[in-house]
Amino acid sequence: MESQLELIEQSIISRYSNRVYEALDELPGNFTITDPCIYGHPIVFASHGFLEMFGYSKEEVVGRNGKMFQGQGTCRRTVMEIREAIRAERAIQVSLLNYRKDETPFWILFHMSPVFSEEHGRAINFVAVQVPIIRKPLHPKHNHGRHQFCSCEDGFKSRDILLGSCRREVCTKPLVESSHEAAFEAVLDSDRGVEAEQLCEASELEKQKAITSINNILSVLTRYSALRGKSVSERRCHVEGQSLPNSALVTSLGRIEQSFILIDPYLPSMPIVYASEAFLKLTGYDRHEVLGRKHRLLSNSCTDSSTLLQINESIRNAKPCKLRILDQRKDMTSFWNLIHISPVRNASGKVILIISRWNFPIPRREGEPQHILFPIPNFSPSVTYFVEVHMEEGYVNQDGRMLSPEIRQLGTIAAVKVAVRSATMGPCSSG
Amino acid sequence: MGGFERTLTIRKVPTVVSNYQGEEGGGDGGSENLGCGRNCLGKCCLLVSKLPLYAFKKEHGDMSENGMANSTDQRPPVSFLHDLLLGQWEDRMRRGLFRYDVTQCETKVIPGRYGFIAQLNEGRHLKKRPTEFRVDQVLQPFDDNKFNFTKVGLDEALFRFEPSSDNMTHYFPSAFVTSESDSPNIVAINVSPIEYGHVLLIPRIFDCMPQRIDHASFLAALHFAKEAADPFFRVGYNSLGAFATINHLHFQAYYIQVPFPAEKAPIRVISKPKVMPHNGVVISELLKYPVRGLVFEGGNTIQVLSDAVASSCIHLQSANVPFNLLISGCGKRVFLFPQCFAEKQALGQVSPEVLDTQVNPAVWEISGHMVLKRREDFDKASEDYAWRLLSEVSLSEERFEEVKLAILEAFGSKEVCTHRASIKEGEENEEAYQESCESAQLQLKNCIVLQ
Repeated sequence: MESQLELIEQSIISRYSNRVYEALDELPGNFTITDPCIYGHPIVFASHGFLEMFGYSKEEVVGRNGKMFQGQGTCRRTVMEIREAIRAERAIQVSLLNYRKDETPFWILFHMSPVFSEEHGRAINFVAVQVPIIRKPLHPKHNHGRHQFCSCEDGFKSRDILLGSCRREVCTKPLVESSHEAAFEAVLDSDRGVEAEQLCEASELEKQKAITSINNILSVLTRYSALRGKSVSERRCHVEGQSLPNSALVTSLGRIEQSFILIDPYLPSMPIVYASEAFLKLTGYDRHEVLGRKHRLLSNSCTDSSTLLQINESIRNAKPCKLRILDQRKDMTSFWNLIHISPVRNASGKVILIISRWNFPIPRREGEPQHILFPIPNFSPSVTYFVEVHMEEGYVNQDGRMLSPEIRQLGTIAAVKVAVRSATMGPCSSG
Repeated sequence: MGGFERTLTIRKVPTVVSNYQGEEGGGDGGSENLGCGRNCLGKCCLLVSKLPLYAFKKEHGDMSENGMANSTDQRPPVSFLHDLLLGQWEDRMRRGLFRYDVTQCETKVIPGRYGFIAQLNEGRHLKKRPTEFRVDQVLQPFDDNKFNFTKVGLDEALFRFEPSSDNMTHYFPSAFVTSESDSPNIVAINVSPIEYGHVLLIPRIFDCMPQRIDHASFLAALHFAKEAADPFFRVGYNSLGAFATINHLHFQAYYIQVPFPAEKAPIRVISKPKVMPHNGVVISELLKYPVRGLVFEGGNTIQVLSDAVASSCIHLQSANVPFNLLISGCGKRVFLFPQCFAEKQALGQVSPEVLDTQVNPAVWEISGHMVLKRREDFDKASEDYAWRLLSEVSLSEERFEEVKLAILEAFGSKEVCTHRASIKEGEENEEAYQESCESAQLQLKNCIVLQ
C-alpha cells in the first residue's frame, strides 16, 4: 500500500516539473489525471472543481479508479467504450451518468484524452474533463411521450428504454441486470428521475467547453514536462511502427522505395503513422518529427484551401484522388507536389475502431495552418489507412528509370495495399 | 493412369479471366481503332500497337561463366514487380477493368500449424452458367472457336515479357510488336483476380498453343518469377483436367505476402545421388501435406531446373495425368502436384460435402490458398476442413508412387545428356527471399528437412 501511494505521489512529479501542481490548481474546471502505468489505473490528480462537484475530499479520490463515480444507472456500454479508448490510447467524448458522494446521479460530458510520452510513444497519463450537462427543466411532470421506446444511435438493445421526452436524445441504460422492469417502475416513481431520463446529448457549448478545458490542461502538462526534460504530447508520438499491426508490415513497407506516408483516418488529426525514407528525403524532416503529426504536415498558408478540401473529401468518401499541391519542406522551400491518395484496406473487413465519436472540430494549434472540420468518415471500417504518395513535379528519370511517374506512384500504392492486406490476414502472416 | 472408355466431363462455372470472354466480346475499342477494329491481342491489332516491353536477361548454361557478374552490376532499368506489374495493375483497377475489388474480399489465415489461407469471394463465379469441361484428356487440341487470349482487349494487356537478345535487362516503355514471326509473350490482367496483382502470362500468344507445358514456355514462366524478385509473387499453372478452364497456353501469377502452406511443408529428397547428375537439381517429396506432390529445386542454372520440371510435366502429359504447378521462391522452387479430383468428380467419387463448397482445387487451392464462395464455408473454415478438402484432390499413395517413379526415371535418363558443367548460379543478391525459400543446398546437406 505504501509503495502504491508512493508511486501515485511520484506519478506527477516524476514527469512534470514541481510547479505543475500550482499551474494545474489554477486551471478552472473539473478534471482528473490518471496514470495507466500504475496498477488499477488510479487517479493521481483531481481538480478543486472536480472535488467540489462530486463532494469528495482529495484524499478520498486520489489513488482510486474513476469507476468509483459510476453507479447502477451508468451505461455499461459507455463504460466499455471508455475502457476500449484507454486500451487503444485514444481520446473519447461521451455522456456519462456519474454519482456524487451522496449518491445523487447526474450527467456529465466526459472527455478524456491520452498524454503520450515523446520518449517511447506510449500513453503515460489520461486527462479527463467532466463537464456537467446543464439541462433544461426536464421533469417527469411534463413528459408527453413517457412510454416511448426506441434505441439510440449506438444500437442499444430494446430493453434500453426511452423515457421522458425532450428535444434531445434520451435513453435509459440497462438499469439493473436482474429485473429491469422493476427498475423501470422504480424509476418512474423516483423523484430523482435522473437515471430515468438518460439525457445523452450535451450541447455544442458544453462540448466546446470540454475541448477548451482539455487543451488548457494538455498545454500545462506539455509545458511542465518540457521543463522536466521529458516531453509529453497530446499527439501520439509514434516510435516507429508502433501503431502498425506488426513488424512484418514495417519490413515490407520499408522495401518500397518511393515517397509515401500512411495516415490513420480514425484519429481526429489523421496523423501520419508511417513515413518512408524517400518521404523524409524529399521533405527534409526526421522521422520523429513526422510520425504522429497531422497528415498535411507539408501544407502551409500558401496551400490552396480548395485543394485541401478536395483531399478531405477524398478521404471522407474513401475514394482515391490525384492532385497537384504546393507543399513546403522543413527548410520552408516550396515545391509542387504530385500526390496520389488512396484508401488501403485490411484483410478482415471487421470493425476495428469506433469512428463515430470523432465528429467535432479540431482545435487549431498555433503554427499549423487552418484545418477544416474533421470529415465524418463514411467509409467501410475495413479501410485501415490512407496512403499518400508524393513526387516532386519535374522529378522524372533522374535515376534512369523510364516508367511514367504516374505508373510508379500507382505501383507504390499497390505495394502498400498488398503489404497492409497481407499483414492483416492473421496470426501467421509474418512471413 | 488414364485409359477410359467414355468421355469424362464435369460441369463447372468457368472463371471469367477477361472482359472479352463473353459471347459478344467486350470493348468497343475507343477512338482510334487500328487493326481489326476491336483492339484485341490478335495479330491484326497487336502488330500495329505499342506495348511496354520488358526484356529479361537470359542465362544460358554456357553464358554464366562470364555473364554472372553483371547481375549485380546492372540495376534493373525498372522495378519489375512494383512499378511495371503492380503499377499497371493498379492503373487498370482505376480504369474499372476488374469485376470486383479484390482488396475488399475478406481473407484470413486459418489458425493452425500450416496457416491455410481462406478467402471469401462471393462474386467471382456469379453470373456465369456452368459449362461442360472434358477432364479425361490432359492434352486437347487448340480450338479456334472457343475463347482464347488473342480475343482479349489491348486494355487488359500490361506488357510484353521477352528474353533479351544480349545479356542485359531492358525496358522499353512503348514498343511495336514488329514482325509476324515475332510471337510475343503477353502479360495481361485476370479480371477475376484471386489476389492483388493477379495476371496471366501468355507465351507466344500468336502461336495459339493449347494448355500444354513445353520447355521454352516453362522457362519463360520461371524467368517471370525470377524477375519479380519477391518470394511472395508466385506463378502457377493448371493443366487440363486439373482445373484449367481455357485451352490456350497460359500461366497465372499473383502477389500475397503470406507463406503458402505447401511452402511450409517438410520435404524429403528422393532423387538418388547416384542417379542425380551434376546439374544440381534436387527432387523431393512433400511430407505431411494433404496433397502428395514433388518439389524441384536447385539446378546450376535456371535452364536446368526448368528442363527438369518441363520434362516431368511432358511425361505426365503423355501419360494423361492432370497436374498443377506452383513456382515459388523467385523461381527457385517448383511444386508439382499430380491430381485426380476432376476425374473423381466425373466418376461421382467425391463426397457431396466437398462438392457442395464448389471449390475448384486448382493450383492456388492446392498450395493452401482456398478461395471459398460461401460465407458459411469461410466462417467455419478450419485447418481440418482445408485438409479434408485437399485430401480429396491427392492421388492415392499407390498411384503417386507410380508417378514418382516414372518422373524419377525420366529425370535420370534425360539429365545425363542435357547438363553441361557450369559454374553454380549463386544466390545473387536478392536478400528479400532469404527467409522464405530454403535453399536447395541446405536441403541437400540435411537430406530431410523437417519443418
